[in-house]
Amino acid sequence: MVDIIVVGGGHAGCEAAYASAYKGHKTLLITSNIKNIADMPCNPHIGGSAKGIVVREIDALGGIMGKVADKTHLQIKMLNKGKGPAVQSLRAQGDKITYPKEMLKILNQLDNLTIKEAMVEDLIIKDKEVAGVILENGLKIESKIVILTTGTYLKADILLGNTRTRQGPHGERPSNHLSDKLKEYGFEIKRLKTGTPQRIDRKSIDFSRTKMEPGDDKYLTFSFDLEPQYKIEDQMPCYLTYTTEETHKIIMDNLSKSSMYGALDDIKGIGPRYCPSIEDKVVRFKDKERHQLFIEPESKYYDDMYLQGFSTSMPKDIQEKMVHSLPGFENAKILKYGYAIEYDAIYPTQLKASLETKILKNLFTAGQINGTSGYEEAACQGLMAGINASLKLEGKKPLILKRNEAYIGVLIDDLITKGIRDPYRLLTSRAEFRLLLRSDNADLRLRKHGYEVGLIDEERIKRLNKKEKSIKECLNWLKENKLKMTNEVEKEFMKKNIQVPKTTMTLENLLKRPEITIEFLENFIKLPYEEDVKEQVEIYLKYEGYIAKSYKEAEKMLKLEKKQIPKDIDYDKIKNIASEARQKLKEVEPETIAQAIRISGVNPSDISILSIYLKKEYGKNE
Amino acid sequence: MNDTICAIATSQGVGAISVIRVSGNQAIKIVNKLFKGKDLNTVKTHTIHYGHIKDTNNNNIDEVLVSVMKSPKTFTTEDVVEINTHGGISPTNKVLELLLENGCRLAEPGEFTKRAFLNGRIDLLEAEAVMDMIQSKTDTQRKMAINQISGKTSDLINELRSDMIQIISNINVNMDYPEYDDVDIITNEVLIPKIKKLKEKIGKILAESENGKIIKEGIKTCIIGKPNVGKSSLLNALLQEDKAIVTNIAGTTRDIVEGQISINGILLNIIDTAGIRETEDMIEAIGVEKSLKTIEEADLILLMLSNNESLSKDIKELLKKIRNKKYLILINKNDLETKLDISKLNIDKNKIINLSIINNQGIDELKAKIVELFKLNELKTKDPTYLSNSRSISVLKRCLKRIKDIEKSLKENIPIDMIELDIKNIWEELGTINGTTYEEELLDEMFKRFCLGK
Repeated sequence: MVDIIVVGGGHAGCEAAYASAYKGHKTLLITSNIKNIADMPCNPHIGGSAKGIVVREIDALGGIMGKVADKTHLQIKMLNKGKGPAVQSLRAQGDKITYPKEMLKILNQLDNLTIKEAMVEDLIIKDKEVAGVILENGLKIESKIVILTTGTYLKADILLGNTRTRQGPHGERPSNHLSDKLKEYGFEIKRLKTGTPQRIDRKSIDFSRTKMEPGDDKYLTFSFDLEPQYKIEDQMPCYLTYTTEETHKIIMDNLSKSSMYGALDDIKGIGPRYCPSIEDKVVRFKDKERHQLFIEPESKYYDDMYLQGFSTSMPKDIQEKMVHSLPGFENAKILKYGYAIEYDAIYPTQLKASLETKILKNLFTAGQINGTSGYEEAACQGLMAGINASLKLEGKKPLILKRNEAYIGVLIDDLITKGIRDPYRLLTSRAEFRLLLRSDNADLRLRKHGYEVGLIDEERIKRLNKKEKSIKECLNWLKENKLKMTNEVEKEFMKKNIQVPKTTMTLENLLKRPEITIEFLENFIKLPYEEDVKEQVEIYLKYEGYIAKSYKEAEKMLKLEKKQIPKDIDYDKIKNIASEARQKLKEVEPETIAQAIRISGVNPSDISILSIYLKKEYGKNE
Repeated sequence: MNDTICAIATSQGVGAISVIRVSGNQAIKIVNKLFKGKDLNTVKTHTIHYGHIKDTNNNNIDEVLVSVMKSPKTFTTEDVVEINTHGGISPTNKVLELLLENGCRLAEPGEFTKRAFLNGRIDLLEAEAVMDMIQSKTDTQRKMAINQISGKTSDLINELRSDMIQIISNINVNMDYPEYDDVDIITNEVLIPKIKKLKEKIGKILAESENGKIIKEGIKTCIIGKPNVGKSSLLNALLQEDKAIVTNIAGTTRDIVEGQISINGILLNIIDTAGIRETEDMIEAIGVEKSLKTIEEADLILLMLSNNESLSKDIKELLKKIRNKKYLILINKNDLETKLDISKLNIDKNKIINLSIINNQGIDELKAKIVELFKLNELKTKDPTYLSNSRSISVLKRCLKRIKDIEKSLKENIPIDMIELDIKNIWEELGTINGTTYEEELLDEMFKRFCLGK
């Protein structure tokens, strides 16, 4: 008997197993193939817009994705550098060989973790409670909690031209029965679809006909605890190319051969809106003469180049023609063909905010099984499932991150409140409090939670407390110190085309002016604080108005988050509520009034009636 | 939950006095900002004070009595201020708008009672009744919103929102897909004219908000017809006083005469025009020209014909002019011999009223028709406290305020991704006027308009 079984060794499974084992619970990670631990079956990125912030959040909470990426990436970049601090986000090109290796190394160091190769096909259930898993050979393994992180492996079908093959990514064996079992236990199952492009032999590409995209020339890390583990000049570049008129013609002429355009007539999976296949792009955007394609290295140790933007389910012979029509790819050798994959997921409104399922106690799910897409989305759910499963064993309340605290909170709340239509990807636009959820302040937002749940140690929390203290001191220091406008200073102002202040101003007031940066002021007066402290102070002073507005909005929401809705509420008893609202409330079972408000189809008057009903029945609404 | 709410608590326009109720912890402070008289912050609880409500430009809006009731012994148990206004619909609405502009929120249906309940002021046994009330008020409001927002206003708002969603989705694509080189980058320079246009359009909607006009300004009603058919008599009958000069010499009324009556609490601004006919009399000609202009501007046209005269060419011309407006055909002098035949004109029977002003017949029927035409009974019988149009107006004004913030931010070079938050806020606010705002709309727009993805 173990404490926690994690089914699946992808990005969600690794974080879940790590959190649970690190916290001292006897953990068993079951994967169909140890070689695929922390595998990156699709693109080689870790991070990206919004997602990069999630990686920082994982690190702040004590998860491992950021550190593994920092130690192994081929290149790293800050996206949106010219824009506001809220939309800046890190993206690294992961190494598909060293990333999984490093992850496995970290997992192997955990005393409480055992990794086992097997295929799980059923759950042990006692009185609506999960008590372990049943393997395909019928072997039962008991545990107190099971976390399912099965990725795209539930009834996975690879679609290529007119062929449908029951297999997972890399031709791995899928799980054939687990999703049927879940259905049997009462879960609503949804069929989803995604796709991946070709891998091309680096040696066969003429890069002179493409544009080089190097990494950043500044040292960057995801982790708040690591120094950079790479050299700027050693970063591997990516390349940019475009589709041609010829490419589009090949696609249009052969459209009916694509699985998605008629070659297969039994496609039920719903593909992600934000990840269209190249067929989709050419058909839907007929006027566009060309589409951008990024050519990205997958590893230092082999020659596969990932062709981002060219995902397809055309048969192999057409893929050959398509690839050869690209500039620089005339003689390209395809090492792996693109394909689409269909898989089963559970509808996520069947989950609580802790990621435990409502239907079966002690069962948690995380990652693509919950209808999301992306390594980072999976990893952060895995981490939260691992944390909350552990907290449950410890008899503690789950850690629920709120929408104003973390992108992770936004993601989970969206999933359980709104459900999904297509695979869910985090986007900046989904976070209404994004000014508060920045890449630069993930530690300030979340480290304390990580410490409280036991994933962040004393030393790291002390460092955070010191940083917080320094920020306050620095703000005071800027209030107290003034810039004396000498002739020399004035000259510098004029040189930079900055309006010269008429009187001596405090540094605080100078920094509030949009055109004046700390970097500029340090020409005259050195700030005795660390770089990360100065960064916080500068953002705070520059965007005070907007940040204050966000805090105010967040406060309003928090008040409503405090109003709990009892679990035993019977919505059928509230006669005045509109029928659409009643149905939605029954489906989502919101945990707070704030969550109820976010359900589409629930109107303010329904909320009024609900709060009066709560007061009447439970008397503790206020 | 604890923000300060306000609403007109009396049936609008019917009584001589209207009461606006304000409740919440900012109630006294906000009213005091608008009140010229004693400093309300310092007065004792449960006292009444005489003074004036003035707008930000210090214009006098109304002479009022203000009751100040401090928490907890009030209806809602919060601080409550009640303003008794005197000047009828227009000043009352103006006072309400001022409150909304100064930080109050318009109360949701039944919200005062809801607060009273949640704060323990009302017995738990009454909970069902409170829920019933909220439900019925919400239904009423929804119905009114549908009836009141004219197709035109709604179209304008939809158009505006669709312009905005394009800007918003473009900015979002810039944020989420920074490396896509074929997507337009929204910069300050691109945004400034777009925001200016947005501001103009919102201003236009505000001005054109037809229902807002009707409630604030009343229905501009124009009586037209040939000389001496009894237009002035009708006006007098409606006004029940001799304001217009009434003679039987054709062309006596040369100036446009105005009068006001109230039907179901809504003002009818009646304009009597000079008779319309070809004329060589200079003075009268000016009157005729004025009449035609008045027709163009009117909300309602009462075309008066005499039962005793056959149909002339002028009238057929006039009918053409008013076809696309709200109009009623009044056939006067039905006590005299019938010489008029309008059967060939193809007029909806519903729009024809027979009357005899001399015998005081048909006036009530006319009033009833007007009520029907403008759905005034909905305004009256269904709680006018929550007129959806004051809500729309306050939303539009809040949007204009946000636009000023945006213009300031643009000047200060605040990053576009921050300004986007303001634009999105306006887009969401506008959505509440004629429908719900779904976040999905934005995502759909992003992926529909831009070609993105791996």
